[in-house]
Amino acid sequence: MNAADIPVLSIMLAIPMVAAALCLFVRAELARPIALGATLANFILGVVLWISYDPAGAQWQFTESAQLFGPIGWKLGIDGISLTLIMLSVFLMPICIGASWNSIQKRVGEYMAAFLLMETLMIGVFAAQDLLLFYIFFEAGLIPMYLIIGIWGGQDRIYASYKFFLYTLLGSVVMLIAMLWMIQFAGTADIPTLLNTDFPVQAQTLLWLAFFASFAVKMPMWPVHTWLPDAHVQAPTAGSVILAGVLLKMGGYGFLRFSLPMFPEASANFIPLVFGLSMVAVVYTSLVALVQQDMKKLIAYSSVAHMAIVTLGLFTFNQQGIEGAIIVMLSHGLVSGALFLCVGVIYDRLHTREISRYGGISVNMPKYALLFMLFTMASVGLPGTSGFVGEFLSLAGAYKVSTWATLIATTGIILGAGYMLYLYRRIAFGPQVNADAAAMQDIDGREMWLLAPIAVVVLWMGVYPETFLAPIRRDVATIVDRIERAAPAGDSKLMAVDPTTARFRVVHEPKKDVAEGSH
Amino acid sequence: MELNASLSLVRPELILSFSALALLLLAAWIDQAGRLISILAVAALGAAAAFTASSLGSGSSASAFDGLMVIDAFGNFSKLLIYIAAAVSLTIAPRFLEKAGAMRAEYPVLIVLSCVGMGVMVSATDLISLYIGLELQSLSAYVLASFVRSDGRSAEAGLKYFVLGGLASGMLLFGASLVYGFAGSTNFSAIGLAMDKEVGLGLIFGIVFILSGLAFKISAAPFHMWTPDVYEGAPTPVTAFFASAPKVAAIALLMRVVLEAFGSQVLVWQQIIIAVALMSIIIGAVGAIGQQNLKRLMAYSSINNVGFILIGLATGTEQGIAAMLVYLTIYVAMTLGGFVCLMQLKDKDGNYREEFADIAGLSKTRPALAAAFAIFMFSLAGIPPLFGFWGKLVVFNAAVAAGLLPLAVIGISASVIGAFYYLKVVKVMYFDDAADVIAESDDKVLVWTGGILAAANSPLGYFAIPALGVWTAVAAKALF
Repeated sequence: MNAADIPVLSIMLAIPMVAAALCLFVRAELARPIALGATLANFILGVVLWISYDPAGAQWQFTESAQLFGPIGWKLGIDGISLTLIMLSVFLMPICIGASWNSIQKRVGEYMAAFLLMETLMIGVFAAQDLLLFYIFFEAGLIPMYLIIGIWGGQDRIYASYKFFLYTLLGSVVMLIAMLWMIQFAGTADIPTLLNTDFPVQAQTLLWLAFFASFAVKMPMWPVHTWLPDAHVQAPTAGSVILAGVLLKMGGYGFLRFSLPMFPEASANFIPLVFGLSMVAVVYTSLVALVQQDMKKLIAYSSVAHMAIVTLGLFTFNQQGIEGAIIVMLSHGLVSGALFLCVGVIYDRLHTREISRYGGISVNMPKYALLFMLFTMASVGLPGTSGFVGEFLSLAGAYKVSTWATLIATTGIILGAGYMLYLYRRIAFGPQVNADAAAMQDIDGREMWLLAPIAVVVLWMGVYPETFLAPIRRDVATIVDRIERAAPAGDSKLMAVDPTTARFRVVHEPKKDVAEGSH
Repeated sequence: MELNASLSLVRPELILSFSALALLLLAAWIDQAGRLISILAVAALGAAAAFTASSLGSGSSASAFDGLMVIDAFGNFSKLLIYIAAAVSLTIAPRFLEKAGAMRAEYPVLIVLSCVGMGVMVSATDLISLYIGLELQSLSAYVLASFVRSDGRSAEAGLKYFVLGGLASGMLLFGASLVYGFAGSTNFSAIGLAMDKEVGLGLIFGIVFILSGLAFKISAAPFHMWTPDVYEGAPTPVTAFFASAPKVAAIALLMRVVLEAFGSQVLVWQQIIIAVALMSIIIGAVGAIGQQNLKRLMAYSSINNVGFILIGLATGTEQGIAAMLVYLTIYVAMTLGGFVCLMQLKDKDGNYREEFADIAGLSKTRPALAAAFAIFMFSLAGIPPLFGFWGKLVVFNAAVAAGLLPLAVIGISASVIGAFYYLKVVKVMYFDDAADVIAESDDKVLVWTGGILAAANSPLGYFAIPALGVWTAVAAKALF
């Protein structure tokens, strides 16, 4: 494979870095095109990566390895799961830059530099194959995000930036101790090797909890989600897009890459915890979203609910559930990103996020209303959009493990329809009570270019998800094989039997169980 | 013959002693020679550093003066760090002292003399030579703290440092005499042999007193009370010096005493070190939160960092010692950088400013300075990808390897409290409205030093990891 010759991943990390350094020293008029150019170049490289990735090839492709920093190995490489998440990052980045084109007017160079740095770190997280390198990329993202929220954010930006930073830092530091222990146990920080290391079951519990502390905050799971609404509301539009689109996916990626395959037994033991928290999150945050007056807060709470479906899907220990969780992550990255952009579009015009200040804008902004509706429906999970595929697969997977958890989590879809449609109705339909809202211009060419590509991908993923499932199928299967030994029995007891004899079997099965247990 | 061999081993100390005397004479004959003598003093430190550096990687060790001192890789590494830190403190000082009307020739001479003392401290293998080195360093430091005589704060800092330092020296001496009485020798290896058999109550008392005295010198909690006052009162270049070189020397001394003299009875002192480490981390972090003065903030930050360094000592392993040396090296770069940034905070009339309110919105008026300051703050907080993270990582790695998991977990969780006030500095500089009191810096030396130190703390510093790893490993081996 010629990929070994060209270090594509290193180049993808280097381009935004160099552009970030450049942006610091040039005028605003120059910083914008530099940032856009760099992110587009990275997107093109991402497409090259996608095309040349061989789903049937080696598990880890485009691998690079150099011992530059002593014990921290510069080891990069991707599997299908990393590939899709890297694609998501490089796809959203040019859109973020475009979204900030006019709305950011102060300290443009520093703003673009922070975003470009963020891109490097996001790609780094998904491509790192060394545990310490992963941690560095994972934690370093706090600095640019802290600055983005704190400098360019809204009214309460300082509180939100502190909360974001300290919350996530506290979650992550204990994970570092766990990582150090693992490296000493296994004698290597190489992630592919660690993936096949069997840690002692007792140690797994503590290690799992340490990783859980970090990823649950990042995800975010109820009850450690409270930083997210604050951060989202205060961050500038593009900051919210990146936060919802990619940063939250790091938590899910972490569960998938570390918690599940490295600690299968502990993961199985903690299923009740994860499912319990997910169930609460789905119902509780959906209800909270229902009463929000602030558009961004509503979408932020809906993110927590969607991420709960992801955790539910991940801990099903079966192919469907995990594949579904990944698709929900991708779909949510696109849809919530797009919804934040939609909010940004009208926020730029009216400078308020209060829902009641809008109303009936489908009359004066028909194109906007159409796109907004598409993303609303995708968020609800309407068949034909990306949201449906992911949620259906995760819930189908979860059903095999716990009927009750699935039942409660599924109410999230109904509640989701409730708060999203209610939001849409209040903004787009109804009488035009606010004169200024009624006078808003429809979206212009730039905004169209931001939203249309996302709309295309959302529909693509909804109509033909195979494109996105193909690269991850084999890697999910690898994980499922790895964790099979700890997989829970499940309570639905699915059987492929002739319906006429099924009744007979069900009657006899419990007896068999009792007999086995008594020995 | 024996004396000649010994003398040839302590060449760096000899170079420094003679240059200190020569410079003192020079100062008597030439008026207003502060700057010239500073340059010569830096040159002397450079020569001493060059001698030390030539034997950096070698693991050989030689005893000098009939077992009073030892020249080994550990001492050499510490000395190199001390000489470099002292040279930087000398280089950045002239402008500041001239402004305060105190650029006298005694300043470089005192720093050089204190470096001789520190050289003896890190090489001492006997309680007597330990005490001589420590006092030579301390006495110079007392004078340096009150160097700007006309400033009440400086005089107060000197007095406070002297009185409390005297108390600490007393405790150390008392402990040393107890150890001598119960172990029968002042020599570290002899004490180690005596402790091999059994540790009586008298010896334990002695150890506790010695550790208390040294904890004062490294400003570890609960003996840290003098630090904020002295750091705030002393002239800023002197504070930069206090926070770097003497701290390295005192910590290196602590390592050697603990491991060479008391190394056979780890359990006796391990609890003390763990308690002191955790207290320092927490008090350093919590105490800094309410501070309005940036120098006081740096003082608490140094208490906090000493706590992290002591985690390495608590392990009592070779890996832990190597980790401490790595952390010390990075700490010196971070803290010197922080003070270099502080020294650039001058208003339009040329007065030095050191309050939080003065740096509000600094990123708008002085973006490069604010960025450098932010790098040092994030680095001190140990946030990756800055180099300060590596120091924390190796120390915690050593703790995990030694099985001290609860210590590692508590320590690293407490580092989040510390992150709060480092973030506050960044917040004030980046998020607040510009106060616009800080003028453009006219001191090129400070700009360049700050730039180099910022680069060292940036991710570029990671390229130094392999070399640092080798040197510290060799140095740590010398203690076992």
